[in-house]
Amino acid sequence: MMQDGGSILLIGVGGQGVVLASAIVADAALRAGWDVKQSEVHGMSQRGGVVSSHLRFGRRVHSPLIEAGQADAVVAVEWNEGLRALPYLRRGGPLVINLQRTVPPGACRDRLGGATTYPALALDALLSEVGDVRACDAMEIASRIGSPKAQNSVLLGVLAPLLPFPDEAWRGSLDDHVPRATVAANEKAFAAGRALGFPAETLAQAARAAAATNGYAQGRGRAARLEITEAWCKGRACEICVRVCPERILAIDSAGGGRGADTVRVLRDDACTGCRLCELLCPDFAIAVHEGA
Amino acid sequence: MNASKPSASPDPAALGSPAPSRPILLSGNEAIARGAREAGVRVAAGYPGTPSTEILESLVRMDPGRQVYVEWSTNEKVGLDVALGAAMGGARALCAMKHVGLNVAADTFMTAAYTGVRAGLVVVSADDPGIHSSQNEQDNRVFARFAGVPMLEPADSQEARDFTVEAFQLSERFDVPVLIRTTTRVSHARGVVAPGTIQVAPVLGFERAPAKFVMLPAHARPRHRALLQRLEAMEHEVELSPLNRIEWRERAVGVVTSGIAYHYVREVFPEASVLKLGWSHPLPRELVRELAAGVGRLLVVEELEPFLEEQVRALGLAVEGKTHFSRAGELAPESVRRGFERAGCLTATESASRSLGQTLTRPPVMCPGCPHVAPFLALRALGAVVAGDIGCYTLAATEPLTAMDSTVAMGSSIGMAIGLARSGGAPGPVVAAIGDSTFLHAGLPALADAAYNGTRMTVLILDNATTAMTGGQAHPAAGVTIRGDAASVVDLPELCRVLGASSVRVVDPYDMAATHLALEQAAAAPGVSVVITNRPCVEAPVKVRDHPFHVVAERCTACQACMNLGCPSITWSEGWHEGRRKVQIDIPTCTGCTVCAQVCPTEAMVPVPGWSRKR
Repeated sequence: MMQDGGSILLIGVGGQGVVLASAIVADAALRAGWDVKQSEVHGMSQRGGVVSSHLRFGRRVHSPLIEAGQADAVVAVEWNEGLRALPYLRRGGPLVINLQRTVPPGACRDRLGGATTYPALALDALLSEVGDVRACDAMEIASRIGSPKAQNSVLLGVLAPLLPFPDEAWRGSLDDHVPRATVAANEKAFAAGRALGFPAETLAQAARAAAATNGYAQGRGRAARLEITEAWCKGRACEICVRVCPERILAIDSAGGGRGADTVRVLRDDACTGCRLCELLCPDFAIAVHEGA
Repeated sequence: MNASKPSASPDPAALGSPAPSRPILLSGNEAIARGAREAGVRVAAGYPGTPSTEILESLVRMDPGRQVYVEWSTNEKVGLDVALGAAMGGARALCAMKHVGLNVAADTFMTAAYTGVRAGLVVVSADDPGIHSSQNEQDNRVFARFAGVPMLEPADSQEARDFTVEAFQLSERFDVPVLIRTTTRVSHARGVVAPGTIQVAPVLGFERAPAKFVMLPAHARPRHRALLQRLEAMEHEVELSPLNRIEWRERAVGVVTSGIAYHYVREVFPEASVLKLGWSHPLPRELVRELAAGVGRLLVVEELEPFLEEQVRALGLAVEGKTHFSRAGELAPESVRRGFERAGCLTATESASRSLGQTLTRPPVMCPGCPHVAPFLALRALGAVVAGDIGCYTLAATEPLTAMDSTVAMGSSIGMAIGLARSGGAPGPVVAAIGDSTFLHAGLPALADAAYNGTRMTVLILDNATTAMTGGQAHPAAGVTIRGDAASVVDLPELCRVLGASSVRVVDPYDMAATHLALEQAAAAPGVSVVITNRPCVEAPVKVRDHPFHVVAERCTACQACMNLGCPSITWSEGWHEGRRKVQIDIPTCTGCTVCAQVCPTEAMVPVPGWSRKR
């Protein structure tokens, strides 16, 4: 495939080495005699955001960006980012996807229910949508050969047979780009990726392993109710509960009827998770937490 | 200002080699640096800013012999002054900045068009259509017309190299600074470049010419007329330049385009005839007329402003552009295709894309161990109205810190805080939050203003000893130059005192109680109180990795207090406590800053046992 050129989208999260991985593919293409363009936005992505790199090779390449639905292959270093890149993948194109997950803190905001917004590792659904899925746990494979940091080389090894570049182009590029001390480890990881087959039973096994961790996304849902004894509250003179509340739902109300002129109030009744920090730290026993809304 | 990461050079040796034997893969920024070297640039200056930062950085990398003087300037205006002075002294000079940087340098830029140069002066403006990492997406092509200087718009890395060489020649031929305008997709895209040979241009030497360089009214008036004459000469020259060309194909549609948009047009509409503008100001009117006369319909495809379109229309030609192609955001092959479809030039294609339901959004966050976290937690607790500024700490405006109320331009925090304090409408203490590099860039005049006029407010200087957002560039308080040489260090506390700050507190932002106390005291203090936090950035220039922490699961009561830090190393674990998620620390990314351990009410966060630095 891709005998007249091709478009590859590499995607991951800031810090995962997507830029280096795509530089390796680009240089391999150059060594194989192709015109190459490669474009990534590494703006704020450095701060844990998405890094995607568009790579195109051919006799003469114009746009450095791939059109939606026109990527001949997608390589995803992270599960969710693989899903994000799907709109770029050409019908029938292979998806090389790592089963590693990077869960950002923003996915853990449902404090009450405890459900994350991180998408489930639904490999079965992905297989039926995409068809050609080459999923593996590259981190696990790289760790097994002693170099977890070489996980991207595993994925490049999976990509390699899909591209019309000779072995010496891959090897030359890989060796020139990775730190000198890690050349052997990366070559080993690359070979391990290259040797992977993706028969149905392997994928089914991966799907089962993926499903086993999916409890992560589920929530339980539990609420609590706060009871404030205003007469015991010192209000602004204390403020301990206001400062410690992780949900930031307590505030001092000047119109209150406590021992001072003011007292603590609950701003949002339905947001209390019942952590009891206010109850435990109130020096005047003015707050009680009751389970259930 | 704003983010970028020095890209892995494909072949550092080839990049700096005097005459590489084979084509090399270069980013547009690397190619500009390469072109400048080949043109014999002697002095280069600028201020870091995405997507321009790598221009000066790669110039340093490809010049180990130090034939070029390269500096990070305090701000873009200083940088352009340095470059103009060098050009006046007879040395070829380059000044590189991001689009909004040219606003800062505009004062010099506008009048440098009057003075002209002696040796070549090239100004690079790297624009950011789509606002990948900026505060706006202004189209700096407008500046070329405004100032009356020639503008070159490379469309790829090869052109970035070629046009830079050409720009120095044009600058000297027409005695005027030349603007090279790139965009993110030119600056940060890599392409194959056939480089030329690195030259050492002779220094022409200084020649006293006050009528040319001293812009008294009596000198400036004739220089303005001289500029208009030079523009007229350029209008003739631009018609003949090989940087512009008509590519005749089918005659139904002719497209005028420049920069990256040219490649999108070629990609999605390969049959169209195209006037490809490389030297786009002044506009080669005759070439435009020639294309218009040879095609059925004339379209302009350009990013952002209808810069070319309006000039083409002013020629009395029937032209279409922004009715089909958006004036906001960056173009991409899809949007250019849709534009041609809307115009009826292409038949609509079915979208082939698929998806698998909702994916997770992944907004940028502060790094694990970022020293900016605790100060914003304190500001939030104090109910402060926070005028923010440009840097990583702008992320304090987002969840979960949500402790910043404004971000406008470099240095704006302090001036806006003065106004907020004077408005009488602020419900809490008014605090300006500004980074060290940004403070030196444009904060100093504002702090002097606040002190001079006796405004009661607090300035929080988040000193991490680097320009972190752009990848860790040095500045005058960082102690090193762009080449890594030791440099004098601005003493920030002393500087604030001499500018008139009523009090200066220096605090360790990893000490939450001390940070809170310092800000609380500063907010209650009279006059302009300054608080300076003094922890270095954990990512650049040195990666800080101290003893990492982990969570003792039995002690975690899942209260979520640590989750309010927004630390990417802390996420929910599979464990639960009373219906809430327990947390875990990702040990490989934990920097050991200890802030989570300070907020944890049950001492569940403890140093990983048995850890040693050498691993």
